[in-house]
Amino acid sequence: MKHHIILRVIAKLGIPFIIVFALYVQFHGDFGPGGGFQAGVIFGAAFVLYALIFGLDNALKVAPMNLVIFFIAAGLLLFAGVGVATLFLGGKFLDYDVLALDPVAGQHLGILMVELGVGITVAAVMIAVFFTFADRGR
Amino acid sequence: MRLRNLFGVVMLSGIYSLLMASIFVVLDAVDVAFTEAAVGAGISTILMLGTLALTKSSEKVPMHTPLLPLVVTIVTGAMLVYGTWDMPAFGSVEAPPNQHVAPYYLEQGMVETGVPNIVTAVLASYRGYDTLGELTVIFTAGIGVLLLLGRRREPTNRPSQSDVVSSHTVRNKAKNSETKNNPAGSSHEGISA
Repeated sequence: MKHHIILRVIAKLGIPFIIVFALYVQFHGDFGPGGGFQAGVIFGAAFVLYALIFGLDNALKVAPMNLVIFFIAAGLLLFAGVGVATLFLGGKFLDYDVLALDPVAGQHLGILMVELGVGITVAAVMIAVFFTFADRGR
Repeated sequence: MRLRNLFGVVMLSGIYSLLMASIFVVLDAVDVAFTEAAVGAGISTILMLGTLALTKSSEKVPMHTPLLPLVVTIVTGAMLVYGTWDMPAFGSVEAPPNQHVAPYYLEQGMVETGVPNIVTAVLASYRGYDTLGELTVIFTAGIGVLLLLGRRREPTNRPSQSDVVSSHTVRNKAKNSETKNNPAGSSHEGISA
């Protein structure tokens, strides 16, 4: 779709806002609707749109496959790592109370980290799956 | 109505997901609606279109008659509808799901976690194990797609097969300790020996 100038301009204008909205949904999920799953999908959709408009080769320059695969594991490890950290701090697995001196602050920190882990893995899986499909089609 | 054009089927399922998302909004389940709109109507439609690009865009005419699947569907549907007759009234306070742990979450969620969005509090804190399991499912699905459909990218200036064998053989003879880290090289060496 490289020759559709309208699509290219609109995509270039829109992609930064899609990513900002994904980050908003990610980090504002404690207060409003949203969270890691939705943010990850929206973040991945920005890369999918880029790959659709500018081609897979350009998208792979932005997000190399090795990096995407690394983030698939990194998000899950972050989630599980928070659980292991609470174990070492003397709590139960995924009991965020012990993460900070104040239990409520610990819960806040734990939820933020866990949602970040969810967002990273979901976004990376979406990007990886789409890139794999697009790569097969060539 | 019968539709064998799979592009139309994909578009209809996307529209269905968007309608379901608006139903969830009407039911005040905005988090679920958000997920349905982003995943159901957005990303899965794109992935289905990506799949269509790999396969044919129209369904093959099946050889068998659709009578048996139709009967199975109708019987299952009738049994499910029969099952709903025993369900408590919609939104009833006496319903078991509203009596079990939900009141505790609603009353203590804000006090214990300090998170105003109760859905996030339940999802990430009270039900952290479940969410970890869900994330593992997504992780496994991604790895599965990569293993089944992914292609190992070959370097363009790849040396020919004989060069690879000879270089491995030379290196393995020079450093015997490296063979166990290099199964491809050792197998080549075994063949050439």
